[in-house]
Amino acid sequence: MEIKKKTNYSYELELGKENVNPHIYANKEIVSTLESEYTQHNSSLKQLENISTLPGLKGIVALADIHPGYGTPIGTTTASDLKEGVITFAATGFDINCGVHSLILPLSAKEILEKKKEFAEQLFKDVPAGLGIRGKLILTKSEMDEVLEKGAAFAVKKGFGSKKDLKFMEEEGCIGGSDAKVVSDKAKERALDQIGTLGSGNHYCEVQEIEKVFDKTAAKAFGLEEKGSVVSIHCGSRALGHQIGTDYLSILDGAVKKYNIKIPERDLVCAPIQSEEGEKYFSAINAGSNAAFANRFVIGTLVKRCVAKVFGVDEGDTKTFYDVGHNTAKFESHYIKHDGQKPKKEKVLIQRKGSTRGFGPGMSSVPLKYRKVGQPVIVGGSMGTNSFILKGTKRAMDETFGSTIHGAGRSMSRTAALTKWTGEQLLLDLAAKGILVKARSTKGLPEEAPDAYKDILSVVEIMHKAGISEKVVKLSPMICIKG
Amino acid sequence: MFETFGNKADIGVRGKGASAEEAFCECAKAMISVMASLKTIAPNKRIPIKVSAPDMNALLVNFLNEVLYVKDKNKMVFSKFIVKIRENPQKNGFELNSECLGEEINPKKHELRTDIKAATYSLMKVEKRGIEWIAQCVVDV
Repeated sequence: MEIKKKTNYSYELELGKENVNPHIYANKEIVSTLESEYTQHNSSLKQLENISTLPGLKGIVALADIHPGYGTPIGTTTASDLKEGVITFAATGFDINCGVHSLILPLSAKEILEKKKEFAEQLFKDVPAGLGIRGKLILTKSEMDEVLEKGAAFAVKKGFGSKKDLKFMEEEGCIGGSDAKVVSDKAKERALDQIGTLGSGNHYCEVQEIEKVFDKTAAKAFGLEEKGSVVSIHCGSRALGHQIGTDYLSILDGAVKKYNIKIPERDLVCAPIQSEEGEKYFSAINAGSNAAFANRFVIGTLVKRCVAKVFGVDEGDTKTFYDVGHNTAKFESHYIKHDGQKPKKEKVLIQRKGSTRGFGPGMSSVPLKYRKVGQPVIVGGSMGTNSFILKGTKRAMDETFGSTIHGAGRSMSRTAALTKWTGEQLLLDLAAKGILVKARSTKGLPEEAPDAYKDILSVVEIMHKAGISEKVVKLSPMICIKG
Repeated sequence: MFETFGNKADIGVRGKGASAEEAFCECAKAMISVMASLKTIAPNKRIPIKVSAPDMNALLVNFLNEVLYVKDKNKMVFSKFIVKIRENPQKNGFELNSECLGEEINPKKHELRTDIKAATYSLMKVEKRGIEWIAQCVVDV
């Protein structure tokens, strides 16, 4: 194993002829950390080595927010051949289509500050968050089937938002071809009251100031103005996605034996893409993705209603900016390199784990309004740190299968963070910085402390300088609602 | 005896006991301890669960995931577990019957922390070390 520098911000993990060499976007500090952690259990580099042995891989890309996950590092995209390849559980994970949904508010940051406490109280009251909390929508099983097959459009049918908002979501809030029948009743019943709930852990609803504009043309196309305000909602498919994961973990465990697939670690259970198990798992992931789109869309509407209540504007004055997922599995067409030949466009399975789709300009799947500049990429920080909105580039299409970072990436374990800080102290420290955090549980708060994450500024800078996704605006937190 | 251990993005949960059953119970308590303070949860209501798996490692993960399922379905948290494991040679595997004891979630009574998404195959292990059984895996937070 050797990490070979390709450019100032990209490296290649050389693993020998049998394997696919992962490409890593990083700076020398991140590479040095990755190397020093190599011998640890579950290190990112070992996980990259392990996934590189899977059959039918066309490419592995690790982004600057890379950190160890289960089986696959978080911050990784894999591309697999449809005939020879496998669909791997760990390359998408339990939190199916966890992502970010962002809204542009018709208010300046100054106007928000004038009613900051009132707005925070309203959001805390109206956005269900935390362990065991029920949402405002209680679905029947047949309605849940509709969510799984129609995604965010179901929420519109139930009176949330409007149809035109759907245009501003990845896949317009619904991945076609998903089949509710491949999702267990257990998964459906577990989440009947969870559409429109935030959850806990690293999920949040944050009110942010547009602190700085880097790219005026792109910011204008995106509708973002300096000193304006946005709300970003970070969550996923909730317990429905977790149960889909649980169900298919066992099914894929059986498939590994059935198809005699050699895997270096059991947490890389998988099935051939073109097998009954693989096809059902792919469809189940997309059903889960649709539930996540619906979930974020409902929360987005609840936030729009809060803005209307507190600031006396119309619900429709707050605009859906964009919605993008992090943990997905999709068929996409990309230019694939073959030894000594010109890259050829092929349909492949793209699995993104803690990685955002970041398509470049001109792609038909990017909303028309943004298509000239590229797809918006929403990069979430943690409480107290900046977040960013970037734009996808042509280079990302050429080098990373149109994929990029999703956040800063953890630098400290949750258990270490819990021994380092207390929730109460953290709330005071953030308040001193002007950030109002409202959390249902202060005990779990230290796990998400800003210093438990890598420096988001340097992570974003790597992707910007590598030309994979370029900075458009920097956001700074004003209010953060946690579970 | 139970404990949690560090794993960068997630949390490891470990139970130890004189038998595999006891280690499973302790491991489930370790998992609940990530979500809530066990001492605030009275073991008043019983929820039975049954799972099977081809081996003991997968049996542990299936058991923990079933606990998470009944937690969400019944909106409960648990503080005590009773576990019985038996080998089923006809099915080439193991079966587990358990009772989860706890009560409905009440944020005013229970000190709630972070929800867990699922138990994973990562670092999973069920083994006897000397006279002690250990049951562990990483849970996705």
